[in-house]
Amino acid sequence: MPAVRLRLAGIQKSFGATRALKSVSLEVAPGEVHALIGENGAGKSTLMKVLSGAHEADAGTMELAGQPYRPENPHDARLKGVAMIYQELNLALHLSAQENILLGAESARFGLVDRRASRARARTALEQLGHGGLDLDRKAGAFSIAEQQVIEIARAPLMQPQVLIMDEPTSSLTQADTEKLFATIGRLRAAGVSVIYISHFLEECRRVADRYTVLKDGETVGSGVMKDASLDHIVTLMTGREVKDLYPRTAHQPGAVVLEVKAAASTPRLKQATLQVRAGEIFGLAGLIGAGRTDLLRTIFGLDDLDAGAVCIVGAPAAASAPRDRWQQGVGFLSENRKEEGLMLNLSIADNLTLTKMGGFGRFGWVHGARQRAVAGRWVDDLRVKCRDAAQPIGQLSGGNQQKVALARLLEHPARIFLLDEPTRGIDVGSKAQIYQLVSELAASGKAVVVVSSYLPELLGLCDTIGVMCRGELAAVRPRAQWNEAEIMRTATGST
Amino acid sequence: MKATLKTILAKAGPFIGLILVIAFFSLPAETREYFLTYNNFKIIFTQTVIVAIGALGMTMIIVSGGIDLSVGSTIALTSVVGALLIQHGWGPLSVLLAVVASGGLIGLLNGAAIAGLRMTPFIITLGTLGVARGTAKWMADNQTVNYDGSPINSWMTTADPFSHTLPAGVWVAIALAVLTSLLLRNTVFGRHIFALGSNEATARLCGIPTRRLKILIYVLAGCFFGLAGLFQLSRLRQGDPTVAVGLELDIIAAVIIGGASLNGGVGTILGSMIGALIMAVLRNGSQQMGWPTYFQEIIIGLVIIVAVFLDRLRQGRAAS
Repeated sequence: MPAVRLRLAGIQKSFGATRALKSVSLEVAPGEVHALIGENGAGKSTLMKVLSGAHEADAGTMELAGQPYRPENPHDARLKGVAMIYQELNLALHLSAQENILLGAESARFGLVDRRASRARARTALEQLGHGGLDLDRKAGAFSIAEQQVIEIARAPLMQPQVLIMDEPTSSLTQADTEKLFATIGRLRAAGVSVIYISHFLEECRRVADRYTVLKDGETVGSGVMKDASLDHIVTLMTGREVKDLYPRTAHQPGAVVLEVKAAASTPRLKQATLQVRAGEIFGLAGLIGAGRTDLLRTIFGLDDLDAGAVCIVGAPAAASAPRDRWQQGVGFLSENRKEEGLMLNLSIADNLTLTKMGGFGRFGWVHGARQRAVAGRWVDDLRVKCRDAAQPIGQLSGGNQQKVALARLLEHPARIFLLDEPTRGIDVGSKAQIYQLVSELAASGKAVVVVSSYLPELLGLCDTIGVMCRGELAAVRPRAQWNEAEIMRTATGST
Repeated sequence: MKATLKTILAKAGPFIGLILVIAFFSLPAETREYFLTYNNFKIIFTQTVIVAIGALGMTMIIVSGGIDLSVGSTIALTSVVGALLIQHGWGPLSVLLAVVASGGLIGLLNGAAIAGLRMTPFIITLGTLGVARGTAKWMADNQTVNYDGSPINSWMTTADPFSHTLPAGVWVAIALAVLTSLLLRNTVFGRHIFALGSNEATARLCGIPTRRLKILIYVLAGCFFGLAGLFQLSRLRQGDPTVAVGLELDIIAAVIIGGASLNGGVGTILGSMIGALIMAVLRNGSQQMGWPTYFQEIIIGLVIIVAVFLDRLRQGRAAS
């Protein structure tokens, strides 16, 4: 048996102008659990898609058991012995648990499904995970998310893979189920399977993995034996980058509290959050994807239902909490998802910019088009939005310019509390710097700003106060001076 | 310059289609004599009225991202209601109001079910298609509802070839088209319809009461369908519960040929009206060419596919 089962060297992959993977190398031995670690956007998912055949690498070499490995598609990868359990569940919700577990690996005789053999194999797979009691005939969609995850995981050993990739397998599992999963991983390891284990939770990686590789900005920045490495060392590898001086350090003078959240909870993700935001303050929310940051903003804005606790906009009645009420109270929300939620791509810049206050452009429900376009035109000039004119459909603009218009909607309304979810995601550096400047000016003029971001230098550079979320809870809120990247990552990954 | 040419083409696409169709039927020897005459166009316009008024309501619904399959049945039901009321001695104005209101009521049922139960418009209106048709037959006792005569009968008449005036129905359709176009383009209500259809999540995020808006759209569209039912009554001079079967498809086709997108957020009243005219010209021309009706159906089906395909090409190019 070769000492290395899977070897990746110099893997590159670009999407248009974005270089997702610059140079990745990875070596995994048989019977080894290998943790793949990196921040959001470091390239882990892209790398796994290359490995499992969903994407083709632009450059670099891959070897599996000493042979060149070039999967044409996920099916081909599986035939060659590389299987993957995705982070997002991939179950056919209308099929039974049994059918899902055996999908693509059915026991058959002469093309007919052998029901008895199928049943026995599905049952065994679940028993190995300690879930022998799950009803095999129930439709997958009728199970809880955690149970669905168990079904998803039960599939993998049946594929008899040489390399099994697990992408955040515990993100929706309970502690007890996580233990059972670790026992299964142990059995797979004993059987000689190579497991690539992707997780944000460093403590988990430490428990389950033999070796690790850290990715940062699409490059392998370090690897080694798990038990020799300190968590601090790994966190430094993950985050150690230069902070460019993009961030204006305007002095802010926080005033009275304008937004108060008390023990807010919202199913499924937001478990517990308590915070206060003052006028003239920039409040940053850090945390991993899925930690509940977006859910917290949406709950404040009334887009998600508040199941427990309270959200209080100072000076507004508590009952009025729908998005419509929030706008009237001077609260504005910038969605992290421009295309799906933030903008109406086939409508004009003017329509997008003024949607919340359409009635303000004329009397008796009439929209005075010229006035509307003039208002939009002023923002287009002020924010230097590159476009033909305010009547141009916004879908034709670049990401950065779209984002400026989306932000201008809050400015024009005008809002006094700004909820900004990933305001600089996927936009060019110039637009980023401009948005930082704008946010800073807003705070200087007494507006309250809450910023969610996955990019730590941005939060550290911009915010007065930073709260870190972990697994649905707002774990810690401190002034910026008391945080650094390593400290935020430790809190976000629950490894304090 | 190139950009302007493209925008003109984009805006005038359906109009060019209409001219091509008219030109096509003006050339052959069989139709050359009669096709391009005022009297023939009087007939074409009158034949367009019902589809056109239906298309006004349908444009609002489709722009908002919805669909209504129950239009044909609604027209049949409201025309039966109108005929029954005339039988009972109601005057033309009361009949008009009652018929429009009953259309609005069906729209209210559709809208409330779609917004309240959060079900897809396709399913709900497929259901009301059956419900309204059945109710029409029930109310009419499964036969046509005849009455002695009413001023309403004259609203769609083209019988007098020497009269140069267009029937009232045509003028009503034109006036309503202008009003609805203004409503869609220049009012808060109209802009919110576009926002809803373009991206419902954004509309919600921006505080637009999306459920109430949906109900309003279906009610208003229902009123248009009721009015179309009244003109159906006027044309047949009797209430017929089996009339207008499949008319919803003609109306949807008119809106789509006119440049609206079934995904919502795109569409104009002018386009839909031209779409309705194209359908009527195709029918009228085919009849004069002596083509059998099945051939007309094939032609109209192909025109829909070609129109939407050309639209896709145009949008694809505009985006790239």
